[in-house]
Amino acid sequence: MSKELERHAIVVVGGGPAGLAAAIGAYEAGERDILVLERDTQLGGILNQCIHNGFGLHTFKEELTGPEYAARYIARADELGVERRLGTMVMDISDDRVVTAVSSEAGITRIQAGAVILAMGCRERPRGALATPGYRPAGIYSAGTAQRLVNIEGQLPGRNVVILGSGDIGLIMARRMTFEGAHVQCVAEIMPYSGGLKRNIVQCLDDFGIPLLLSHTVTRIEGRQRVEAVWIAEVDERMRPIAGTEVRYPCDTLLLSVGLLPENELSREAGVELSPVTRGPVVNESLETSIPGVFACGNVLHVHDLVDYVSEEAATAGASAARFVQGAVDADDAQRIPIVATDGVRYTVPSTVSVERMPEALTVRFRVGNVYRDHYVSVYLGDDRIQHRKKRVMAPGEMEQVTLKRAELLAHPDIASITVKLEEE
Amino acid sequence: MATETRELTCINCPLGCQLTVTLVDGEVTSVAGNTCKRGDTYGRKEVTNPTRIVTTTVPVEGSATERMVSVKTASDVPKGKMFEVVAALKGVTAQAPVAIGDVILANVAGTGVDIIATRNV
Repeated sequence: MSKELERHAIVVVGGGPAGLAAAIGAYEAGERDILVLERDTQLGGILNQCIHNGFGLHTFKEELTGPEYAARYIARADELGVERRLGTMVMDISDDRVVTAVSSEAGITRIQAGAVILAMGCRERPRGALATPGYRPAGIYSAGTAQRLVNIEGQLPGRNVVILGSGDIGLIMARRMTFEGAHVQCVAEIMPYSGGLKRNIVQCLDDFGIPLLLSHTVTRIEGRQRVEAVWIAEVDERMRPIAGTEVRYPCDTLLLSVGLLPENELSREAGVELSPVTRGPVVNESLETSIPGVFACGNVLHVHDLVDYVSEEAATAGASAARFVQGAVDADDAQRIPIVATDGVRYTVPSTVSVERMPEALTVRFRVGNVYRDHYVSVYLGDDRIQHRKKRVMAPGEMEQVTLKRAELLAHPDIASITVKLEEE
Repeated sequence: MATETRELTCINCPLGCQLTVTLVDGEVTSVAGNTCKRGDTYGRKEVTNPTRIVTTTVPVEGSATERMVSVKTASDVPKGKMFEVVAALKGVTAQAPVAIGDVILANVAGTGVDIIATRNV
């Protein structure tokens, strides 16, 4: 470590949708010394391979594809002159915000950051995490790998496909591979509900007559060199395969779309406190982690289904980081009120609120743990119920949100907690 | 008078609103459950003339880094024409540099809709 420490006010780890919006948010909050570190050779992250449409309706009031949405943010970052280093991988973040990065051009560099924004995104849950018995033949891909092969490399990974898991990428790839001439036989989902968005079931499966088998899973994979068939069985309410329900599906390819995991190796090593529910950092209203001056946004914080919300959240993280380096906010003397997630609400982001620091209106995002019909989303300040909103359907695959108003919190000065929960009436 | 209702999931954005479309003698009289104007338009269209934006990729030549460029129909096309649109792109190759919005194939499959690039290559 002979090299002298380089210094930047804000270092953003990751140049995908979250990192770009965070950098722009920090700039717009008045900070100019911003450095984005991206390990890929281009900005935009996973959006570059998400060629389908449906992005940007909230942000731009028009329907864009992933690459188009990314291009808007890249153009804005270019316009603002946000410094970025591509092909640069962050290896370590210390608890005093020294970022160690490596690239083939510059070798190892160490950067003292005034604030760090974590925007590393997420990864797909791999097959190994599923314990599917069988050999390890060719022809098993995560849905995102198949997406990259088809959309970026121009390669079709197989012709006769079964998909395990109804995550959005799996649903999107069911349609994509059908367009490319593959036969997609079915999507098997172990849960009694889909993990993906309803719109994707409609336009990626229903449009093409691809069946969605709920409460089904793959029990066996046949084939030594290449996948030759998979066996799919119905499962009981404890997710155990039901004897006698196994059906053999001859196929050459199995795609896995079984969930996304925030990529927090760097955060963990830095000592950032992680939530066991989201597997992302625990954050306050400023999206600041347990380490002062380290902020998080996007899929590294919690997995989103809408990039528009990632951008919005990331802009908040960027603005918070700018305020932190400008010294406008004292580190952690502000009093924090915990947000309790209960009765069907699995978690909230953020999980604590400081009335002093919060904006006039604070968006609190959450997911529910099951499918709920005709339930109410309720918010309590202490014992006082201040919000009670009926939703026709809520599902784990769709992120929900409530808005906390600063004025209402000021009107409840002595509460010990805020509760977000579901109620039947 | 024959009244009929259809339950749909709006596909315009990831909110996926549950729509109830009411038809009287085959004519749409109301759309309920939508949270924006697009939902109303979608509900009316979906029961009479369903359409989709088609997105796919075509090979690109002359780029040092990219093999493919992503493309889409510039506006929605009849749902029944989706496969014809994809088939019409077989054999089509783009030449770099390509900018977002460049027409890659005009009037695809006789739909009157152009195929345009969605990525700068």
